[in-house]
Amino acid sequence: MELTAEQQRLRTAFREFADAQIVPHANAWDRAERMPAEVVRQLASKGWLGAVLPADCGGAGFDMVEFGLLNEELGRGCSSVRSLLTVHSMAALTMWRWGTEAQKAEWLEKLGQGQAIGAFALTEPEAGSDAREIRTEAVASGDDFLLSGHKKWITFAQIADLFLVFARSQRGLCAFLVERNTPGLVISPVNGMLGTRASMMAELHLEQCRVPKRNLVGAPGFGLSHIASSALDCGRYSVAWGCVGIAQACLETCLEYTGRRKQFGALLRDHQLVQRMMARMVVGVKAARLLCYNAGQLKDAGDPTSMIETSIAKYFACTTAAEIARDAVQIHGANGCSGEYPAERFYRDAKIMEIIEGSNEIQEITIAQNACQEVADKAAIAR
Amino acid sequence: MEQAKEKLRAFLARHIAGRTIADEDQIFAAGFVSSMFAMQLVLFLEKNFKIAIGNEDLELKNFQSINAMAELIERKTVHSQNGSNS
Repeated sequence: MELTAEQQRLRTAFREFADAQIVPHANAWDRAERMPAEVVRQLASKGWLGAVLPADCGGAGFDMVEFGLLNEELGRGCSSVRSLLTVHSMAALTMWRWGTEAQKAEWLEKLGQGQAIGAFALTEPEAGSDAREIRTEAVASGDDFLLSGHKKWITFAQIADLFLVFARSQRGLCAFLVERNTPGLVISPVNGMLGTRASMMAELHLEQCRVPKRNLVGAPGFGLSHIASSALDCGRYSVAWGCVGIAQACLETCLEYTGRRKQFGALLRDHQLVQRMMARMVVGVKAARLLCYNAGQLKDAGDPTSMIETSIAKYFACTTAAEIARDAVQIHGANGCSGEYPAERFYRDAKIMEIIEGSNEIQEITIAQNACQEVADKAAIAR
Repeated sequence: MEQAKEKLRAFLARHIAGRTIADEDQIFAAGFVSSMFAMQLVLFLEKNFKIAIGNEDLELKNFQSINAMAELIERKTVHSQNGSNS
């Protein structure tokens, strides 16, 4: 896979930033369960929070491969930082794709410049993989909707300024823009998660939250099929690349560790069973990255198959990252189980990736059904 | 318009394999499409007919059948040509 000169330049810039500003602090942020505001400011000042938006909308104007490279490098440093990019990009891309002209005029530049942080509020206590079961209700009231319900596990909700909230209305599932300061919106931090612990997660309690009808994104009934679906496709792509970053980080830390740690009178890297794990890491990282490139190129081409290819890339990248992170802890032994090394953070973060933006099982169903459809199609053509 | 319908039939055949879809059949009402299908259809329309589907187009009547989509394509194409001439 050959990158363009611009893609190479950007990858170098992303990597240098991650090495200088993220890698040295990621373990501390994880322990504190907080992302310093300065990190958000740095990403905004680089223009990278507008990665998915065109330059004429206040964004960075990156292509999807460049956006992917940014996710890999941020994810290599800290999955919580990468998850900020993920949810913010989901909100920004949704605004650009489906927002009204008035919504775009009000929000696109702010999101692109990182002056406002966006978040994605779909999941509820009783609605995870089956998003059709969301219970948050939107009831029309004059020129407004009254939103009532409970959203859970909302990444970066502790600091987000604007939420894309999904709710059930009489005319079907809808997506709404809900500003942080809306009366009736109560935000409660969630702590003690297994991984991506600095992702400032929170619950949203909406109690007769009054939202103007002009804040409806798309039309009633299109909330899941178009609005959430396109946002989640962006999220899966971002997470897939973030997993490549986790896997790459594991590989790099293991190369360093096995090159200096001796057991039985030999460096770990000279033990064949360690070499087997290292070989699997090398191959897994490369294969996952290639699937992500493939999905990115299809996205840049506007190809409808980009969606299933993104699912495939996400599924492979997150299962690979989880396996590689497990081996990274194994190679590090007791050191790998301690907070003195990053391996245990990678292991915990990688597990989260197998659940978010479509669990492994949801991806398996999607990928298998798609394959069956292709076979049926060929059979139909042959007849 | 017939050319557009032909392309739409071929695309739908790939996603609703094994079934025959008439031009007036209600695709979504039949319930045999995947959760990804709606957005794949949007991407297909945009890429193949050089149109942009936005907020104002999100109405079920625009996507519910091959006939409806052919009309949407025609409308958007004419609108786009008028826009570029002005």
